[in-house]
Amino acid sequence: MFIGHTLAALTRPPFYFRMIGQQMLRIGYFSLPVVALTSFFTGGALAIQIYYGGNQFNSEAIVSSIVALGITRELGPVLGGLMVAGRVSAAIAAEIGTMRVTEQIDALTTLSTNPYKYLVAPRVIAATLCMPLLALVADILGIFGGFVVGTQSFDFNAAIYVQRTFSFLQFDDVASGLIKAAVFGFIIAIMGCYNGYHSKGGAQGVGRATTNAVVSASILILAANYLMTALLFSA
Amino acid sequence: MTDKISLAQVHKSFASKQVLRGLTLNIEKGQSMVVIGGSGSGKSVVLKSILGLLTPDSGSIVIDGQETVGLAREKRSAIDAQIGMLFQNGALFDSLPVWKNVAFRGIQNEGMSEDEARQIGKQALLRVGLGEELLDLFPGALSGGMHKRVGLARAIASSPEIIFFDEPTTGLDPIMTDVINHLIEDCVQDLGATTLTITHDMTSVRAIADKTALLYKGEIIWHGDQAALDASRDPFLHQFIHGLAHGPIEVEGQQLEAALAELET
Repeated sequence: MFIGHTLAALTRPPFYFRMIGQQMLRIGYFSLPVVALTSFFTGGALAIQIYYGGNQFNSEAIVSSIVALGITRELGPVLGGLMVAGRVSAAIAAEIGTMRVTEQIDALTTLSTNPYKYLVAPRVIAATLCMPLLALVADILGIFGGFVVGTQSFDFNAAIYVQRTFSFLQFDDVASGLIKAAVFGFIIAIMGCYNGYHSKGGAQGVGRATTNAVVSASILILAANYLMTALLFSA
Repeated sequence: MTDKISLAQVHKSFASKQVLRGLTLNIEKGQSMVVIGGSGSGKSVVLKSILGLLTPDSGSIVIDGQETVGLAREKRSAIDAQIGMLFQNGALFDSLPVWKNVAFRGIQNEGMSEDEARQIGKQALLRVGLGEELLDLFPGALSGGMHKRVGLARAIASSPEIIFFDEPTTGLDPIMTDVINHLIEDCVQDLGATTLTITHDMTSVRAIADKTALLYKGEIIWHGDQAALDASRDPFLHQFIHGLAHGPIEVEGQQLEAALAELET
């Protein structure tokens, strides 16, 4: 029912473009540091693991290719999604939950403003649009993290590392990650809004809604990732 | 005189708790109706049912001749446009400055420009005795009394024909209570609005009511004007207005209130 109201709000005017812009700033721009740092260090750690794993089979040269593949297909969108779920789902649930328990959502309704259009739709649109951009940043910085570790710790030649990365990486690898990220963005915003909108019982209820938003968004991201991976790569 | 708002045989239950039991209430155009009743008597449910925030199980709620029970939100926009509401705790939007709160309806629904909205905000604040220096403050920076007055300014900003007041003086000191009561009285007289106030504050009742109704166990068990209020020998009314612990009214509030709060939200 909540999704139905949200989809109706997404497709019928009025559209609150200013609210969408504000939410893109809050959800997208302010999540950049956490996503960038997460992917950079993950890319570095992945390079170390692959180097020592490949060492056993004299296959150290595959580091650049596997880092690029692992980051763009899986780790960039999934870890980015989980980090944004922790940051954004919680913030959305807390904000809308507080509005619910302080009657601000009732006030919106009495002021002839549909809360689904004014509160939910802008957040869902912003998160769905911003997550692919964040995933792209995660891809670039994750690969860069692997590059830094590969060239500084394992003495790979920088030009060859870059050349192998791009020769192995396909457009579909990046595109599949960005599609996943858009779905994760939708999940993050919907879970935050749903739990906030239905929160009850004052401060404790808002706290519960916040926890539920993060947990449910994280689990749904992992489940959706499995389903989409199966769908995109087994076809 | 014609009825602006008319409730007939309204029933509302939450799980096994029957909150409204065939409530009937008529409010004439331009009348200031005050509904009094103890905690858990169903006052908020009456208000939320009229506002369309809750849907009654059965019965009829007619506003300006139009049946509103079962009416989809989009289809009651004309009714909503003529309603102002002062919430118990103000319910101001934390993320917006005072002027955007006060002129919210105009900004969102009428495409009002920033200059126009600020002007509307300024005028509405003046009406409730506040200066324009508050226009750019956020609700978090306001005191309890100011919060309430800004809420009142928002309720009257669009000059509505109907205004609802939910416990307008709860939590305020006696002086601020008197200020709010006078503001309500003045605003209502200026606008010629029909009003419904729910409260358990007898000072408010005496200050703003044309007619008073006593709600008990989901039914209106007494109603009348100020003269009738003073002259009445109704034992329920006598107990309530004198604040007596003993009498026919059962003090059962706490359990019901807790159950309602959980179910309503």
